[in-house]
Amino acid sequence: MSAASPSNPTIALQSKRWNGLRNVLEREGLFCKDDFTPSADNLDFLQTKSKVLIIGAGGLGCELLKDLALMGFGDLHVIDMDTIELSNLNRQFLFRRSDINSSKAECAARFINNRVPSCKVTPHFAKIQDFDETFYQQFHIIVCGLDSIVARRWINGMLLSMLRYEDDNSIDVSSIIPMIDGGTEGFKGNARVILPGFTACIECTLDLFPPQINYPLCTIANTPRLPEHCIEYVKLIQWDKENPFGAPLDGDDPQHIGWIYERAQERANQFNISGITYRLVQGVIKHIIPAVASTNAVIAAACALEVFKLATSCYDSMANYLNFNDLDGIYTYTYEAEKSENCLACSNAPQVLNIENPNTTTLEDVIKQLCELPRFQLKSPALTTVMADGKQRTLYMASVKSIEEATRKNLTQSLGELCLQDGQLLTVTDATSPTAMTLQLKYQANEVEMS
Amino acid sequence: MSQNRLWGEHGQTLLEAATICLVNVTAVGCEVAKGLVLPGIGSFTIADGSTVKEEDLGNNFFLDSSYLGQSKALACKQLLQELNPDVDGDYVDESVDYILANRPNFFDSFNLVIASNLNEQSLLLLANRLWESNVPFVYCRSLGMLGTIRLQLKEHCVVEAHPDNRQFDLRLEQPFEALREHLETTEVTNKEPWLLVLYKFLKVWQKQQGDGRQSPSNYKEKTQLRETIRAEMKSDEENHEEAIKAVNTAFGAGVVPSSLKAIFDDDACEHLHKKVSVDEEYDENSYSFLTSMLQSDVFWIMAKALKHFVLEENKGQLPLPGVLPDMTANTDSYIALQHIYRQQALLDADQVYHKCQDYLKQLSLPADSIDERTVRLLCREASGLAILRGTRIADEYEKSCRLQPLVEDNELQGTLTAYNFALRAYERFLSECGSIPGECAVEQDIGRLKSIAIKMLNDLGLHVNISDDVLHEICRYGGAELHAVSAFIGGCAAQEVIKIITKQYKPIDNTFIYNAISTESVTLTL
Repeated sequence: MSAASPSNPTIALQSKRWNGLRNVLEREGLFCKDDFTPSADNLDFLQTKSKVLIIGAGGLGCELLKDLALMGFGDLHVIDMDTIELSNLNRQFLFRRSDINSSKAECAARFINNRVPSCKVTPHFAKIQDFDETFYQQFHIIVCGLDSIVARRWINGMLLSMLRYEDDNSIDVSSIIPMIDGGTEGFKGNARVILPGFTACIECTLDLFPPQINYPLCTIANTPRLPEHCIEYVKLIQWDKENPFGAPLDGDDPQHIGWIYERAQERANQFNISGITYRLVQGVIKHIIPAVASTNAVIAAACALEVFKLATSCYDSMANYLNFNDLDGIYTYTYEAEKSENCLACSNAPQVLNIENPNTTTLEDVIKQLCELPRFQLKSPALTTVMADGKQRTLYMASVKSIEEATRKNLTQSLGELCLQDGQLLTVTDATSPTAMTLQLKYQANEVEMS
Repeated sequence: MSQNRLWGEHGQTLLEAATICLVNVTAVGCEVAKGLVLPGIGSFTIADGSTVKEEDLGNNFFLDSSYLGQSKALACKQLLQELNPDVDGDYVDESVDYILANRPNFFDSFNLVIASNLNEQSLLLLANRLWESNVPFVYCRSLGMLGTIRLQLKEHCVVEAHPDNRQFDLRLEQPFEALREHLETTEVTNKEPWLLVLYKFLKVWQKQQGDGRQSPSNYKEKTQLRETIRAEMKSDEENHEEAIKAVNTAFGAGVVPSSLKAIFDDDACEHLHKKVSVDEEYDENSYSFLTSMLQSDVFWIMAKALKHFVLEENKGQLPLPGVLPDMTANTDSYIALQHIYRQQALLDADQVYHKCQDYLKQLSLPADSIDERTVRLLCREASGLAILRGTRIADEYEKSCRLQPLVEDNELQGTLTAYNFALRAYERFLSECGSIPGECAVEQDIGRLKSIAIKMLNDLGLHVNISDDVLHEICRYGGAELHAVSAFIGGCAAQEVIKIITKQYKPIDNTFIYNAISTESVTLTL
């Protein structure tokens, strides 16, 4: 893929527009990075040569586009698969009411291209999974402004898979594409710099992500106490039973939300529970993380500054993780997140799964562990293996209906019954990574009873 | 809007009623404004006498080339207003110096004023005027990789602090009558919330101690209580498990914390003033009663009533917040417990409300100056109430002992503190020399900036130096305002404004300094 160069780079360079940036990039500084060379080439590189990808054109993405365009970057790409909703407008400031239902990526690109003519933004109204490494390879730096952990893990895996190695097994530095990642929730946020293969990656620090709140099903069904319990009940049980609109639940359809609101209210009344509001229903159904414009602005700015530092070498990059919150005063804390030695994604260590007793552990137990253990947190893993006789065997796969049906019976079988041996390698694929993971079974019990 | 889940409908109402003024539409000024226009501030007015120059297009997003040569105030007003059609925008194309000289009361009617990147003289004139008129002032700087925010607040009360880990106030040690009756008469089964389990075993523990103490206070005693529960537990009693977990946090709430004690002991709480202005367009159906909280005199009447309730009527305990955590239980028993707590909270708040009414009568003020809903909110949040008394910006420019703690071993503590003084020297340079340090001649200006800095520090009684490296970095910028630094500071400052307007979450006290080179920040009380 080739992108058009900025409309008029020479004019941009000659104008007074960038006087401020030029002072920073063309003058000696005592705090600058050791290998920084003050020169007009620095701005020229930002304007005409560098190419940065922004993933997500939501709250953070809009800010990132603005920040990078005004920090002198001339060639930006943005990917987002979503369309604009009314509820976005209180922070996604590149969109107007007339843009509702249009592509976020396209609207955001159009806005920046009009407002900052020195910058050319190329939009991609698509999923990140729609592109392969030939697409990602064209960028110098990738910035993420995502609200999905799965997507972050996927792009992290993609950048790691693109690393090339020298003969002595060291990483070919020219294959490294730095990833800057920002995330916000309410008044809290973080920004981090990842040099794939060198510094802690998303999977190294997976335990930093808070676990999703899931209410036990028995509470939801039998002993609701909170308005959220009532909403979950309608969503999980009543919706499927009554199938009111003959369609799957759509959190963006006000009719659907309205239906859930009414039923949840009925259930709450029945149990004397108060506090059901339309907004709460919407929040629970869509897992809306409360977002405010100001936190997005701060975190995107911190990310943009790191992109700027990396692209120009003017100052050392942050090492490597910034925590921010402004609930009580304003608090920032920067620390060096450490690479995990047995990281799922960036270490070469085989992933070992300890099995207490292969005769009582079922395949379903294994899948459950892969989903629940903090170091894995997979979504819906598919498992294949090569059996002792050399034949490839699919143990379970949920994504293809016919295979799911054919392999479902394996779920309740023990590993012994499935003839899986101590030390056997399983190949695991999941939405959280573009590449497969190899998992080694390690049995604690000595004997395996073969069925 | 999802932001309402953070500061509530009542916070949003205060925000939508607020009118602010933005002095100087620099990039950082516009970024603050953006962070307020998007969530729906009532109205904003821009005051700026300059015209749009080409350099401005390089860092200010709310300008484009079609405005070159036109009023910057007009341009930014138009492009900011596009963000949110519900927000009113206005502008005055006059400089702050001109307005202060000709219409100094221009600023008095705003709920808050924001300014950025002024020279020292204009900064002090504006800050003093706003201090005298009791208008909260937020001052931002953005230069190169550096940024600061200074709040100037005479008095600010935080009603809802939203602590990260709220301690639930359960009163198990000294249950109020309705709770005691419920706890004593309800059989503890595995269907009941852990609260009842904990109460039962707390009684056992108290008996074991036999010394009249009401709850375990240290690790050893807490372990004892946990063991007592565990010993009696059958295999899968979830409520017992939860009770064991709760031992650590269930006790000790309901007492007056130091921040509230400071409010009770405050002079303003002792001596109420009559000076309460009532909103003329008072509307029963809106939340405008809450805007009356903006009048701190009303706050003090409620604080005094709260104090009376706590000390004279409730044996030193706070009004009950009436908020329960979720606990595994069957629905009926949980709801019954919730009801008992809520009822008591209403009763407590009612007593405080009636005391407020007494005081209003004594002061011959209208009864509707304070309403029940506001009092309930205040009672629920009593443990987190805080009052901030700020300092004048101008005081920082006078010799006083307040700045001495910033000096250690004849040096300014920390690079960020040094940068703060360097930025002040920069502003004095603007006033005295009428040019921007480093705009043309870096080396020459470093010398001039250094002598200004030395004299400034000496005049303040601080016998320290600012390193040449720091001054060199300041001059190297040549007045450059970098957009991303302005966006960082603008985002932070916008949130501070929202905190001040909604009286929720604690603002900084009072100076925030950010260094984007090292990604570090610090908050100093100056």
